[in-house]
Amino acid sequence: MTNEALQQTILSWFPDAEVPQPQFSEEGSQYLNVSIEANQLHELMQLLKNNPETHFDYLFCLTGVDYGKELGVVYHLESTMHRHILVVKVQTSDRENPIFESVQDLWATANYHEREVFDFFGIKFSNHPNLKRLFLSEDWEGYPLRKDYVDESNMVVK
Amino acid sequence: METATLEPTITKKGFKSEEYFINMGPQHPATHGVLRLLLTIDGEVIKKVEPDLGYIHRSIEKMCESNSYQQIVHLTDRLDYLSSHINNEAVCLCVENALELEVPERVKVIRTILGELTRIASHTLWWGVLGMDVGALTSYFYGFRDREMINDIFEETCGARLTMNYNIPGGLMEDIHPNFVKRVKEFIPHFRSKLPEYDRLLTGNIIFQKRTKGVGVLTKEDAINFGASGPVARASGHSCDVRKYHPYSALDKVNFTEILDTAGDSFARYRVRIAEMWESLDIIEQLIDNIPDGDHKVATNAVIKLPKGDFYQKVETARGEFGVYIISTGTKNPYRVKFRSPGLSNLSLLNHIAVGGKIGDLVATMATIDIVVPDIDR
Repeated sequence: MTNEALQQTILSWFPDAEVPQPQFSEEGSQYLNVSIEANQLHELMQLLKNNPETHFDYLFCLTGVDYGKELGVVYHLESTMHRHILVVKVQTSDRENPIFESVQDLWATANYHEREVFDFFGIKFSNHPNLKRLFLSEDWEGYPLRKDYVDESNMVVK
Repeated sequence: METATLEPTITKKGFKSEEYFINMGPQHPATHGVLRLLLTIDGEVIKKVEPDLGYIHRSIEKMCESNSYQQIVHLTDRLDYLSSHINNEAVCLCVENALELEVPERVKVIRTILGELTRIASHTLWWGVLGMDVGALTSYFYGFRDREMINDIFEETCGARLTMNYNIPGGLMEDIHPNFVKRVKEFIPHFRSKLPEYDRLLTGNIIFQKRTKGVGVLTKEDAINFGASGPVARASGHSCDVRKYHPYSALDKVNFTEILDTAGDSFARYRVRIAEMWESLDIIEQLIDNIPDGDHKVATNAVIKLPKGDFYQKVETARGEFGVYIISTGTKNPYRVKFRSPGLSNLSLLNHIAVGGKIGDLVATMATIDIVVPDIDR
């Protein structure tokens, strides 16, 4: 499916103009990017995976990002049938208690990768069966990949 | 740490049976590095495998945020060190694509030849260690004997045998050594004559086959669902070779077959890697006589600044799909770098395929998943 067709298909899933619409962008990226509100994330992901036209069955990258004010997660999806790629982005400005719905029920690979994001960014994933730190020890304080993380003994700041 | 219910039960024969934990690793030779597996077992039957990670996590992604684009290439050696050249290539390709920099054809061909040599070197090491894991020590020496020739070629080319650092954004650090073509052409017939020895020693060995056939079976659906890639996924019939679907460097100019198997067991993963070595030899042979003349790099600014945006590059390492995701804000340092490691996704399916097997089967399964722990603990 071309990027235009993908965009049209996704927009057709949000017929109600009252609800926030997904925002598309191809600027500064080789893939089609779609930004979505946190409360619509799981619904969109479910459609992207299960709709036979999109059929995004392969989640190949799941990245946590600290944008400064917001925290976000970037999902890179590919269809092994149609071979098209889509990037889904979601953000929240709540740094104290950032929470998104887990997609590990759709893609089993998200289980470990969401734990990694939780470990380093403190982003929580609701409905995750085993959300605990993946790499760091349980008693580690703070979330090291956040931009405001300070560790005077272990970090060399240039 | 959660604790299992340790209710003793009486079996038919009157013996007590109970589930208990044992630790495998972090210094167990069969875990190939500092990986700790928490096994819940009943007798010798595995009920649950839970990897405990992070023993050698160096936070390379955070380090990248304070280093320049030339510097972060070097850090990627320390991920999957057996695919160091391909990891370096991924970062360089990502930076070059972002800068819209076209590298000379000579660079593309040399990168691909070295990439395939890296794959063979990695697979020979895997083959040797696999034999050792299942109790056949001889294969270890055969594998390392042939890998030595590749390491010698690497050493002559760039001075390093393992962590190569030969790629730079814009090309290669130095041109190839005058002996390079001759030595690679010596290696191809040598290794073609040695690969049948591998088959005679291990592939046809009935004990080895009994250790691996039907052990650790992964279905195609699960392979996709768990994000598996590389030989692990292809042994389950999942066609996922990045070299085919998203060719980079000179891979669009060569003919090769993507190796697929359908059994999905440890023996299928074994056969895929053996067949891949033959394919890699074919790729090298197609390119080695046709290295174009020209420069080995194009000039870049001393300080590389990527334009604002998101850049992604995927490559096929010896273990599967490796991805570099760079978020740039237009400065000389990346804002965020994510390395998509094949190892973490491939490890995540271990519990799924190991449950119900014996501890000995787990060793064979681990060996054919072929993880490199620094690739998981980035």
